[in-house]
Amino acid sequence: MIRLIAMRELRSLLGQPATWFTLALLQFILAWFFLARLEAFLEIQPQLAEVANAPGVTAALAAPMFNLITLLLMMLVPMFTMRSLAEERRNQTLPLLLAAPVSAADIVLGKFIGLFFFLILLSGSVPLMIYSLSFGTALDHGLLLANLAGLLLLMSSFVALGLYVSALTVQPVVAAIGALAILVGLWLADIGAPENDSPWHALSPLHHFEAFNTGLLDSGDVVFFVLFSGVFLLLAMRRLNNNRRYG
Amino acid sequence: MSDSHSEITLTARKLCRRFGARLVVDDVSLELRRGEVLGLLGHNGAGKSTTLQLLSGCLLPDSGEIEICGTQLLRQPLLAKKQLGYLPEIPPLYREMQVNRYLIFAARLHGMNAARASAAVADCLHRCGLESVRHKRIGTLSKGYQQRVGIAQAIVHAPDVIILDEPTVGLDPAQIRDIRGLIRELGDRHSVLISTHLLAEVESMCDRVSILHQGKVVFDGTTATLAAFGGTADSLENNFLRITGVAA
Repeated sequence: MIRLIAMRELRSLLGQPATWFTLALLQFILAWFFLARLEAFLEIQPQLAEVANAPGVTAALAAPMFNLITLLLMMLVPMFTMRSLAEERRNQTLPLLLAAPVSAADIVLGKFIGLFFFLILLSGSVPLMIYSLSFGTALDHGLLLANLAGLLLLMSSFVALGLYVSALTVQPVVAAIGALAILVGLWLADIGAPENDSPWHALSPLHHFEAFNTGLLDSGDVVFFVLFSGVFLLLAMRRLNNNRRYG
Repeated sequence: MSDSHSEITLTARKLCRRFGARLVVDDVSLELRRGEVLGLLGHNGAGKSTTLQLLSGCLLPDSGEIEICGTQLLRQPLLAKKQLGYLPEIPPLYREMQVNRYLIFAARLHGMNAARASAAVADCLHRCGLESVRHKRIGTLSKGYQQRVGIAQAIVHAPDVIILDEPTVGLDPAQIRDIRGLIRELGDRHSVLISTHLLAEVESMCDRVSILHQGKVVFDGTTATLAAFGGTADSLENNFLRITGVAA
């Protein structure tokens, strides 16, 4: 059931011209950034060669790229999650799922997985571009894997939040703006807090991504992402069940 | 045709549902047998759609019990809903999907595997007269065809209990005739519960009628009993109006 709902979600996303437009534009930005960073790296490479312990190509290129895509995803994910439940409600298609023998958990997890796979598709070009460098040079696989793991966890937290906000409203646009406001708000609170031990840092998904970005796998960060995603998925399921209660 | 010996597929006992302070469904009890078409009749706002939402599991009652084929809907919703097909007032259609794919999705959502689903969809397309539009996007279809897709969605998995909320709204006379024929045919094998405010619909399709008025069941009997209500062989319409307290 979960797979069935996930496949429908994915198909419905890919059936929209806007999705392909965003996909194309994002690839263009990423490719541009990749080439610009690569060129800059090649220019300073002779000087780097004289420095002891200079950053390698992975640290100089891959880490900023992953950083960029997390910022872009923060703004893009709400655009994709907004429709998932809000539009079902607006178009009155939710009764199809509610009257079918599927639980709220199936519905929410199905939509979550569909969106998650879509985001993997969306951001898949980043590791592909970076791995294309391995034809010419040696890459730091540890750093790349840490970044990839961090990216997956970060995406799951964004999708879970977006789904929950989408479950709260009938208007997809309100869902998009709501999720965007929360994500950007958390990010601004994080970069705006001056002290190192400010609680705002602990709340922001992007702050927890920073350790992954430098190649550090911290179990505390992993737990944060799992909890963050889990809580919002549970809240979304609860919201769907309340739908039966309050009409 | 129904008889009192066939098995009971749907039972609702003492359903109540409030929206805020307003009691929309008040102590409604219904019973549906296999091979029977039950018409739920009432004015606008009588609580028909809310009752059907309760029976389909889309809305929880404040009190009361619903049993579908011997399974408690509120205790074991997933099991009970397998035997249920539901067409809400507004058909739940994904406009960007093709008719074919949408129906396969609906069938699989009700637990059919891929092979059974495609056979069931082929049969269902034929029964609902949708073969010519099977590859069209639902959003491009006319209202009548969309309504048919909605009905197809409710019957594709051959459920024991079919609940249709005003199934003939927005159809032209020829389509209404076809859909009525289809519902009659469904009523031979399954149990069908339809809501309507059209008396002609009740007369041509239903074995039994329940009349809802202000959330209460004010009449429950066969179509013939309604016609002979109050000892006069009056028209159905006059009897209906008399029962619901509106002067004939």
